[in-house]
Amino acid sequence: MMNHENHDHGPTREDNDLELTESEARFLALKSLLMENGIIDADEIRARMELNECGSPHQAARMIAKAWLDPVYKELMLSDTKAAAAELGIEVTEAELVVIENTPVRHNMVVCTLCSCYPRSLLGEPPAFYVSKAYRSRAVKEPRKVLREFGVDFPDHVEIAVHDSNADLRYVIMPMRPAGSDGLNEEQLAALITRDCVVGCALPLQPLVS
Amino acid sequence: MSETQPYYEVGDRVRILDLGKPGHVRTPTYVRRKIGIIERYCGMFENPEERAYGRLGLPPVALYRIRLRQMDIWPDYDGQSDDVLEIEIYDHWLEHAGENL
Repeated sequence: MMNHENHDHGPTREDNDLELTESEARFLALKSLLMENGIIDADEIRARMELNECGSPHQAARMIAKAWLDPVYKELMLSDTKAAAAELGIEVTEAELVVIENTPVRHNMVVCTLCSCYPRSLLGEPPAFYVSKAYRSRAVKEPRKVLREFGVDFPDHVEIAVHDSNADLRYVIMPMRPAGSDGLNEEQLAALITRDCVVGCALPLQPLVS
Repeated sequence: MSETQPYYEVGDRVRILDLGKPGHVRTPTYVRRKIGIIERYCGMFENPEERAYGRLGLPPVALYRIRLRQMDIWPDYDGQSDDVLEIEIYDHWLEHAGENL
């Protein structure tokens, strides 16, 4: 066994918890005031944080996989997304959700140019690229180039539709079920549906050929 | 404009206005003065331009999704002529654009 004193851990990382940004300081001040005045309490904050953390790309993947297998569920998901989420026990905190379906002649992708609006209940926190100024400015102006950088190159006959999530609706893209996925069950299909393909920046994974 | 019925119908040709209004507006610069068609009516929403400043945002305003051709937004758009952009715009940022000439 290695003698602990004889190997180098390298310099310890300095924590930098003391310097607050202006918005962090404002947030902490506001939180303290709300708590001191009995408007909210720690349990409510904790409950909300736990609810936020329930969101993950797996929630959207479960819904899309079920929709691929069940036309009635798909119809519900397209017409009343919240009801479709509730059927799988998923609590939706967004006001309005819209599902947009990819077709062989139309590919859809989502961006929020003004900030980082995102269907967090169904996808969790947005990825860094989605929040970046580069994606937010380029996705609306040169979507085909952006898609190529994500590894997806569409032929000219496929229309690209970009959806700016700039106001009150939140978007979920329903990708097309990949070829070769016949016979997969709901869980196996859900495993093909990644976060990025629900944002419209990727296609579902290809099923493994057995 | 306050109303309870949507003022525009699906397919109407509309121009997105440039109101020059400061603050928490939800109409990005790149679509202002551009023409598109009403893709759908989304419902009535409390006005975020008011709500952002602690006001109630009432009466609610109608929200629409506008479909624009990318080539009408970006003169040098590098893509196909069918490519579109869809965006949500509140009623008071729209006007009828008349028929396509």
